[in-house]
Amino acid sequence: MNTVPWLTILGAVPLVGSAVVALLPKGRDLIAKQVALVFSLATLALTIVVALQFDGGSSQPFQFIESVPWIPAFGISYGLGVDGIGLVLIALAATLVPVVILAGWRDVEDTPDARGSVKGYFALILALETTMIGVFAATDVFLFYVFFEVMLVPTYFLIGRYGGPQRSYAAVKFLLYSLLGGLFMLAAMIGLYVVSAQGGQGTFNWFDLAGMDIDPTTQKMLFLGFFFAFAIKAPLWPFHTWLPDAAGAAKPGTAVLLIGVLDKVGTFGMIRYCLPIFPAASEFYAPVIIALALVGLFYGAFVALGQGDMKRLFAYSSMSHFGLIVLGIFVFTTIGQSGSVVYMVAHGLSTAALFLAAGFLMQRNRGSSLIADYSGVNKAAPVLAGFFLFGALATLALPGLVSFIGEFMVLLGSFQRFLWVGAIATLGIVITAAYALRLYQRTMTGPVGPGLEGIGDLRGREITALMPVVALTILLGLYPAPVLNVVNPAIDNVMSSIGATDPAPVLGSTGTSSEGTEQ
Amino acid sequence: MNPANYIVLSAVLFSIGAIGVLVRRNAIVVFMCVELMLNAANLAFVAFARMNGNLDGQVVAFFVMVVAAAEVVVGLAIIVQIFRTRRSASIDEPNLLKY
Amino acid sequence: MEQIMPATGAFSLIWVLIALPLAGAAVLLLGGRMTNKWGPYLGVLTVVGSAALGVVMLLQMMGLPAEDRSIQQVAYRWVFADGLSVDMAFRLDQLSMVFVLLITIVGSLIHVYSLGYMEHDPDRRKFFGYLNLFVAAMLLLVLANNYLLLYVGWEGVGLASYLLIGFWQVKPSAAAAAKKAFIINRVGDVGLGLAIMVMFVTFGSVTFADVFGQASAASEGTLTAIGLLLLLAACGKSAQFPLQAWLLDAMEGPTPVSALIHAATMVTAGVYLIVRSNAIFDRAVWAATAVVVVGLITVFMGAIIGSAKDDIKKSLAGSTMSQIGYMITAAGLGPIGYVFAIFHLLTHGVFKAGLFLGAGSVMHGMNDGVNMRRYGALRKVMVITTITFFIGYLAIIGIPPFAGFWSKDEIIHAAFEKGPVIGALLILGAGITGFYMSRMVAMTFFGKARWEDDVHPHESKAVMTIPLIILAIGSTVLGMALLFWGHIEEWLEPVTGIATAPSPLSTAATIGISLAFVIVGASIGWIMYLRREVPITAPRGSLLTRAARRDLYGDDVNEVLVVRPSYWLSRVLVWFDRAWVDGFVNGIAAFVGGFSGRLRRYQSGFARSYALSMVGGAVLVVLALLLVRLS
Repeated sequence: MNTVPWLTILGAVPLVGSAVVALLPKGRDLIAKQVALVFSLATLALTIVVALQFDGGSSQPFQFIESVPWIPAFGISYGLGVDGIGLVLIALAATLVPVVILAGWRDVEDTPDARGSVKGYFALILALETTMIGVFAATDVFLFYVFFEVMLVPTYFLIGRYGGPQRSYAAVKFLLYSLLGGLFMLAAMIGLYVVSAQGGQGTFNWFDLAGMDIDPTTQKMLFLGFFFAFAIKAPLWPFHTWLPDAAGAAKPGTAVLLIGVLDKVGTFGMIRYCLPIFPAASEFYAPVIIALALVGLFYGAFVALGQGDMKRLFAYSSMSHFGLIVLGIFVFTTIGQSGSVVYMVAHGLSTAALFLAAGFLMQRNRGSSLIADYSGVNKAAPVLAGFFLFGALATLALPGLVSFIGEFMVLLGSFQRFLWVGAIATLGIVITAAYALRLYQRTMTGPVGPGLEGIGDLRGREITALMPVVALTILLGLYPAPVLNVVNPAIDNVMSSIGATDPAPVLGSTGTSSEGTEQ
Repeated sequence: MNPANYIVLSAVLFSIGAIGVLVRRNAIVVFMCVELMLNAANLAFVAFARMNGNLDGQVVAFFVMVVAAAEVVVGLAIIVQIFRTRRSASIDEPNLLKY
Repeated sequence: MEQIMPATGAFSLIWVLIALPLAGAAVLLLGGRMTNKWGPYLGVLTVVGSAALGVVMLLQMMGLPAEDRSIQQVAYRWVFADGLSVDMAFRLDQLSMVFVLLITIVGSLIHVYSLGYMEHDPDRRKFFGYLNLFVAAMLLLVLANNYLLLYVGWEGVGLASYLLIGFWQVKPSAAAAAKKAFIINRVGDVGLGLAIMVMFVTFGSVTFADVFGQASAASEGTLTAIGLLLLLAACGKSAQFPLQAWLLDAMEGPTPVSALIHAATMVTAGVYLIVRSNAIFDRAVWAATAVVVVGLITVFMGAIIGSAKDDIKKSLAGSTMSQIGYMITAAGLGPIGYVFAIFHLLTHGVFKAGLFLGAGSVMHGMNDGVNMRRYGALRKVMVITTITFFIGYLAIIGIPPFAGFWSKDEIIHAAFEKGPVIGALLILGAGITGFYMSRMVAMTFFGKARWEDDVHPHESKAVMTIPLIILAIGSTVLGMALLFWGHIEEWLEPVTGIATAPSPLSTAATIGISLAFVIVGASIGWIMYLRREVPITAPRGSLLTRAARRDLYGDDVNEVLVVRPSYWLSRVLVWFDRAWVDGFVNGIAAFVGGFSGRLRRYQSGFARSYALSMVGGAVLVVLALLLVRLS
């Protein structure tokens, strides 16, 4: 165990940044942006430092563990620690925040009816980063819940104050929906505490709870409480309708954080809380959840195919992908779950590429997100169109990009467990290609649309914001070992905690020996 | 004398006060009826204290008196203000605080 | 179990084969405008570099004994989890070697040709970037040592094809064709993806060596499933029935693209896949039969479409479908056909590239007109193009000693060894090939000039004609060279295996009959289109002609069966989502809102009614207490 509280520092840096930005005098917008960017980059640097210290080969799945009693009477502690899953998601958040800040450099100025100040926007983004880090790093269920709910506050204001025309409606819908889910989780969490208290001192400590043996009937009820909250967050069909509204009303940067990171809390919660704490219930509900995931996968894809609004299209496309992630988690195979985590990262990156490129485009055309308002952009702004196409290709999981690795592992893992589930889910790749390329065809190709001739191509700042995302998507696609090295041990831990084993190949060869070694 | 009689008296007073609050329109009268109810409660407290042989009820009675005094101050001030602005002490008229 | 050798000597540079064009693509696509000037030349150089490296490797491989020619290079562990381990690893053996040479040499020629063809295009830097990307992906496809990496190349060439078909995106038809090609290919990719999954579940590995090594232990049902799924993949990539509809539209791309991707290399990837997976098809009789059936259907579909189209590129595209049908059929014949499938693939790659580039040269002189009814008599103004095209013509219809004769004849012969019906059908197909190719040559280069008024045909520049000449030489000698000097059968035998069976027809008889059919078909073509003047507007034509002009209703079938229902379903779901799912959520919100609105009414503002409700509440509480105490 190390003595430096790395995770606390990591979470505190953006919070301090947020306070600094908020306390800056009015009218110093440029300084506010620069300070925000510096703090977000500092967080990213710290994250890299933490990630480099993380030992993927260690027998200890959780590292950087911190634990300070908080409310000892109820067994609540301030407990932090990350396994590979939490680490890669924190890294994703830390990567996307500077990207979003840079991409949203002029978001507020370009929204004439925004109700908030420039510095407020960036302060909220940094505050949001703190909660994101906290939620992925918490090892105390109560602390997790606190971050889970506090996260709603900056998001609510980011949507409600800085969003588009429908912002109030969308923000309230998002808040109410999430609070409803949180309420169920709160109830289940208290129930969990009561169950744990039956054997003496009750606790909210994840390590104790994960090892607990809970009666299956109780498990099933408590599982539903947690799962409902996560299913809304993820979002799983049919609890998804807040997402298109929220994504449609939010600024592109906010939407990237919302879909790219916040929604991952749902799938992260399933894999971190639902499975290890309630193994029997997970197994019991798995068929239903797999069915919902499959429905969501196709439902989202088909609705995306028929969407006339880009932002809503992205939201439905994400819903479809979340179906895939949930599917990978609940087939209980190592490959499927590893694939799900890889796909969470990949989806964050591909969403960022596509949404930000689309955002730059919309900004150039009075903020319109209607597909019908665009045509032939490729001719007027080829670089923008190139990034847009890249985002579309990342969305459809082109082999060679990291999303392919995640998607294929999920499909393979599903196929390994339930042949037909995997086979049906694989058909989804055709519809994904159809809506992604249809979007590109309708907006970017053909003769240049009216009013789009002079929109101008991407500028340096915008390209700088997109490049890291693009580079990561390609590099991790060709060399995913940095992610897989840390995720695989964590998944092994999850698999052993639910007592699941992978189906062996029919012919019994493990296939771990590569050809190169036999000479 | 049987302490139960005090309880009965208290109940009667309380009922008179309650009915007064419900049926009278004049704010001053309603106010006096509220006082009547409070004092009925005080009487019950004291009677019970006597019956149980401890001082708890009497202590509570003091609290009630303090509350009643405070209430009189605030309540009368409000009534006077309303009377000044609306030239009426009816409590049905100021129904602006609805919905 | 075959022997696999580590990479030494020139073989340690296998990865460079792919990396060179990939680096070229990266420089060209990321470099921006500053590479506009020298970028295209860099693009050519990288592919020529790969070609040179390929030749060096060929020489080194020829120096090795036949059983040591399977070379493997492992770069690093790529995708892994418990039980799954896939390397970024390359395998160069006799089969991939010939593909490397085909891709890089034909690719180089087409790159050079494009320098001239795309000279005036403002986006030619991008064009060369995409071409380089294609070459890299195609090399990855043939050099991968496992199916998952092959999949990357497989979709990589699909992406390059998408980008290049849609190169002139301003034309809505080009953009639509590109999307269509990608989506139909994705259907095939589902097949490949599922095949990989079945392999993994069965063998626990997706490397060629592991899969083929254990294939004999798997049940025939499993192997049939894998085989059929691979066939689906091959149908998508190679435009075989029923996934053929994209290839004709793909002619929207620039002509060098049609030559390189949609004639010589990418569309033959399906053949590569089947031949590569011979260990599976050898043990899955039904899957192999399905391959033959698909191939035969496509031979005729392609030939009929090629006979009816007036667009020179689409006619050639139909011909490509048909010729790939030959290769697929040969691949389905099993060990007696694999070698000849590849043999025909190589010769076809050369002569069809030549034909397409020739068509491009014609179009270049005709203001990009593609309608053969407005061609005619071009032999007088385009001498080199005419001669090279004519050599390609002789090669494709199979006149000895041109390249196509040897390879096609071997396929027909092998088909007779399998079954006389297959052989007879292939001979009939050869006859139709003679017809449509003669029609094309007659309409384009002979007869009277039917040019539009402002067209002034001229011969293309040397940068375009030299590749034509080289390909024409290839079309002449490649068949003999591979057969008699290269001993292609022995060369490929360690990878594909080889077998012969007694044939009902002697070799001489097969040659005689098929030549007779070809000559009859060609004569009909020449007579029909030379004796009478070709009308400028197409006559109505027979029922079959009209069907063939509509691609044998391939698009209509897709439209009715797939596209319309999908969009209909998506509309219904959009409505359902708004009206029902969201409606339900908003309905709850509205209900709660309405209910609290009602409740609000009770806040009447009458102090006395509040007091009454308080009293009522107090009474209720007292009553409840009493009830509890009494009971």
